[in-house]
Amino acid sequence: MSEPTLRTEAKAVEPEAAPQERHPMDDLLREERLPHIWCSGCGIGTALTCFISALLKSGLDLDKVVVVSGIGCTGRVAGYVRLDSFHTTHGRAIPFATGLKLANPELKVVVFSGDGDLVTIGGNHFIHAARRNIDMTVICVNNFNYGMTGGQAGATTPVGAVTTTTPYGNYEHPFNLPYLAAASGAVYVARWTVLHVRRLERAISEALAKRGFSFVEVVSPCPTNFGRRHKQRTGLDTLRYYHERGIIRHGADPRSVDIELGGDIIEGKFVDIEKPTFSDCCAGIVQKAIAQ
Amino acid sequence: MSSEKGVLSGSFFMQGDVACAEGAITAGCRFFAGYPITPATEIAQRMAARMPQIGGTYIQMEDELGSMNAVLGASWAGVKAMTATSGPGFSLMMENLGLGIMTETPCVLVNVQRGGPSTGLPTLVAQGDMMQARWGAHGPYEIIALAPSSPQELFDLTIRAFNLSERFRTPVLIMTDAEVGHMTERVVIPPPEEVTIVPRRKPRIPPGDGYQPYVADDDLVPPMAVAGEGYRIHVTGLTHDERGYPATSDDSAQWKLIQRLVNKIRLYKDEIIEVEELYLEDAEVVVVSYGIAARAAMWPIELAHREGIKVGMLRLITVWPFAEEKIRALAERARAFVVPEINWGQIALEVERCAAGRVPVYLVPHPGGDIHKPEQVLAAIRRAVA
Repeated sequence: MSEPTLRTEAKAVEPEAAPQERHPMDDLLREERLPHIWCSGCGIGTALTCFISALLKSGLDLDKVVVVSGIGCTGRVAGYVRLDSFHTTHGRAIPFATGLKLANPELKVVVFSGDGDLVTIGGNHFIHAARRNIDMTVICVNNFNYGMTGGQAGATTPVGAVTTTTPYGNYEHPFNLPYLAAASGAVYVARWTVLHVRRLERAISEALAKRGFSFVEVVSPCPTNFGRRHKQRTGLDTLRYYHERGIIRHGADPRSVDIELGGDIIEGKFVDIEKPTFSDCCAGIVQKAIAQ
Repeated sequence: MSSEKGVLSGSFFMQGDVACAEGAITAGCRFFAGYPITPATEIAQRMAARMPQIGGTYIQMEDELGSMNAVLGASWAGVKAMTATSGPGFSLMMENLGLGIMTETPCVLVNVQRGGPSTGLPTLVAQGDMMQARWGAHGPYEIIALAPSSPQELFDLTIRAFNLSERFRTPVLIMTDAEVGHMTERVVIPPPEEVTIVPRRKPRIPPGDGYQPYVADDDLVPPMAVAGEGYRIHVTGLTHDERGYPATSDDSAQWKLIQRLVNKIRLYKDEIIEVEELYLEDAEVVVVSYGIAARAAMWPIELAHREGIKVGMLRLITVWPFAEEKIRALAERARAFVVPEINWGQIALEVERCAAGRVPVYLVPHPGGDIHKPEQVLAAIRRAVA
């Protein structure tokens, strides 16, 4: 139980009468909405920090950056960023983002949501947006369960995992998200845990710079609902697991990066290819259409 | 890629579905997302051919959930957007019709109704989704729905639907059917300068000066900033306050929001409700109908006139909000209502509600698959005066 001690210390060093300094990220957060809803030890905040760092370094016109989320813990990201942001229905962030991007190609569209939202209920939209190569970046925080509703199993839950709806252990085969994204046509696919913050930030930077459907899976702790049922009582326990079992293997065949309960987590950049986007292909037929 | 092919002014022999697509284009629609489904497919086909010609976007989505969402997204990018479907797809669209209502997103959803429930009668007419149109998304809300009776009216009402959606910042439904959608008739497309277009209401203050996305004007409709304009808006399907931020810890924001969403339509219903009245001056029997069923009822009304029966027609062009006051006034002086509709009693229930027991209401039901036979409606008119 070392965490409470750490917190006390952090409080003790608070400066007296310090000038009102602003954190470099403050401008991109809706401070009036803080504190956020995420639990202590959750990884979503870290993923969001990496995203904001990447944005600040991107040189993008932030008035043209749009964040779209679905429903769930990660779905709340859209509500905390001081950007044009949309908190849509469960699983539907990607088609909503598709409409935004195609109707105004000047927008930089980022979908930021969770695994249950993006690839379980929203799986059909995910594969089709990747297939069409819609120009958007999809950041998926994967914590292997439905955290907001109390820790149910989903399409990413590893075999054997105990959740509130798999009390005897999950017996469904899970999705391997990088493989799913790559097979569906994504032009950029990477996976990092929230322990590897600099690499995660760099991956998000690369994904933002990529034209086409780019995908970053962020493996993240959920101590409240998932970790504590798997001997990881705190977020720190899960980070320790990432440290011990995370293996960086750039260019790994996405088919080989399955995640098993308590097993190795293969991380890195798996796909980085060039392919015409939906809009590129569509532009090609405009002259033909006008001529008719 | 200008609008030179945007409005095809002229006189045409045109299918209803095609007229619907051209009505949308005339209204300024430049985004269509859809999924093939009989009998609405021709709308998508026309849009696939036309959108690239006029700088618009056509996308065939993976399903109707996606179609409705893409339409909402396009609207939030500042582009007029539409989708079209039929029964099974309409069911899938209910989820995000709700999102459109909650987030106050202007857009148009066309339902070319066919026989149901489920897969039902894919190629054949019905009007079985009228109550689904009213209540299909969960929660309390008001909706606007229009019911055309001809290809020309489908063209005209599609323009009106876009105008109402921008005026009231809400999705508007066009509840047509397989007969009107697949019927080919004369359609006149006017010159663009003769078409009234309602523009989107934009914020009157620049970004950074305290614009709040859900602070409404006096008429309860908030001006709408869209993505990319610098306002850094937040939009959510959760119950929200005027800043657009979730406010779900008690019911106070819910009271405020729902009352406004309902009243922005209910208090202005006279501006929305459009009906056609025929032979109502001295009518003892009032036929209340809409869409193709109203058109099919014209012949039995003529036949009844020949028998000396004083019967008139109230045709609902706007079905939702419902023409309550009209029906109540007619209930004071008529002897009965006759309601032919191609379902097992939906709008008839509304007529009965407004008649409030003062006069009887005779439903002329039809399960779908065809229009009523003249004698079915005539028999109901005779029974009403017996």
